[in-house]
Amino acid sequence: MRSDRALTIVTRTLAAISAAIVLLVFVFLLRESTPALRQMGVSRFFSDTSWHPLSDQFNLIPMIVATLVTSVGAVVIAAPLGIASAVFVNFYAPPQLATWHRRLIELLAGIPSVVFGLWGLVVLAPIVATFGGSGQNLFTATIVLGLMVLPTVALLSDAAIAAQPREWIQGAAALGMRRSAIVGWIVLPGARRGIGGGVMLALTRALGETMAVLMLAGNIVEMPSSLLSPGRTLNANIALELGYASAGHRSVLFVSGLILMLVVSVIVLFVSRRGGTKLDRYP
Amino acid sequence: MIVTPEATSRTIGRQHFKREVCVTVAVWSAAVSVIGILIWILVDIAVRGLAEINLKFLTEDVQNAGREGGIGPIILSTGLILLVCLVVSIPLSVGTAIALTERVGQDTWFARNVRRSLDVLAGVPSIVFGLFGNAFFAIGLGLGYSILSGGLTLACMVLPILIRTSEHAIRAVPAEYGYAATALGMKRTAILFHVVLPVAMPAIMVGVVLSIGRALAETAALIFTSGYVARTPESLLDSGRSLSVHIYDLAMNVPGGGSRAYATACVLVAILVLINAATALLLRLAGWQNRNISGGSL
Repeated sequence: MRSDRALTIVTRTLAAISAAIVLLVFVFLLRESTPALRQMGVSRFFSDTSWHPLSDQFNLIPMIVATLVTSVGAVVIAAPLGIASAVFVNFYAPPQLATWHRRLIELLAGIPSVVFGLWGLVVLAPIVATFGGSGQNLFTATIVLGLMVLPTVALLSDAAIAAQPREWIQGAAALGMRRSAIVGWIVLPGARRGIGGGVMLALTRALGETMAVLMLAGNIVEMPSSLLSPGRTLNANIALELGYASAGHRSVLFVSGLILMLVVSVIVLFVSRRGGTKLDRYP
Repeated sequence: MIVTPEATSRTIGRQHFKREVCVTVAVWSAAVSVIGILIWILVDIAVRGLAEINLKFLTEDVQNAGREGGIGPIILSTGLILLVCLVVSIPLSVGTAIALTERVGQDTWFARNVRRSLDVLAGVPSIVFGLFGNAFFAIGLGLGYSILSGGLTLACMVLPILIRTSEHAIRAVPAEYGYAATALGMKRTAILFHVVLPVAMPAIMVGVVLSIGRALAETAALIFTSGYVARTPESLLDSGRSLSVHIYDLAMNVPGGGSRAYATACVLVAILVLINAATALLLRLAGWQNRNISGGSL
């Protein structure tokens, strides 16, 4: 029995280490951002005149706005397409095609964000540029970001829809409801918890994405006046400036990382508490 | 005109039919456009990338900031980063998964909270992992910009998915195996190492393969941990540039690096497609028809 006790102790320690990593991430972000929070206080991130870290101006608002615009825009694009593709594989596609569709969506989920960025830069940006500008703007970034988070919506909705009891669907069909009515009145309302969770997790993915947006959004720090104006997100800002940032500036970058982590963690905890979403399928 | 009951029901029928057609068209066009764009991306990468790829490109050193030469050192660095990541994350994950499954049928307070913190860890943005890796591994532990820092950062990142697949794999082992082994007088440790883990191995491998996919795709967490240096690394404490960082650098910072970026992207996507196929194969080996463990987590 001694080896059994040893096993329990070892595995529990490993589990505790795994669980502690998220705390460690949080503690380090907090530690590195303390100097900025203590010396400047939170209000300066919103009241400074602009983002000029070298002359001590740290206004985060334009970047927060750009982050929100691209993320929400991406979810607005991804949600209808993702839900439609989940409905497609469950109710409209012939079985063989459904299998392939799922496989391709999984492949889409696996494509690295730099590859999306490269494709957007070389193929999509010149197309968007015909509307004016260089093509590197919030609009291009939003479209590519939408494509990137689409698999999250599609796969989670697929799981939620597939979990609906077959009896409901058969019963509805026996009552003479047509396919679109069954989907619209029975399946989607039944699966709305899971689908909603999928959409929210897609939002966290969009908020957390760095590289594709960095390559496509133009990276100019200014208040976006329209979707076609360039912008810089919080994530992109960290990736661009951490390399040369010193003392106070570095600390502010950690503050923006902390903001991102807190927002995303709150959404994830909310979804996991609410239940109904198979977090297992969360890429 | 007098409206007969048959006429009304016919209009309603026609309305329903019209809606049915509209919805069908909408769903099909959404599905087709999603797949169309995916194929567009893949074909674009393949066509522009394959033109540049040959054996020399895969083995030679990086020259002139990547405009000439090959990606030999980059592939080596990527491999080393991946190795560090897996060496650390696999034992940690399997151990955690064993702890999470030690009681059958009920969840302890401990297991519930470990799982919840892993859910949060899975959602942490990759750039935040970059910040953390930079502050903790590179500066805090004094590893500097090195393959070791990069690999350790990635290990933290792939932990949730690896633990979740291992946990499912262990749970999927039929309980009768355990009963039979216990009836034979085997201890828990022996049952674990001689019965449960061997049976669960193909499914655990699925998680490993998925994690490799995740790690290969990662860029933001590596820029400030394993760094930019494109030379052949001499030890794990040297900085090394991964394939994804190379693509980013060529596309954004090297004028005229576009075609080489495409070639590198083509190599990376080819590896990921292979990994995707390997996952499907392993799932079949593990006897799981549908990917309900972590589909799309690649």
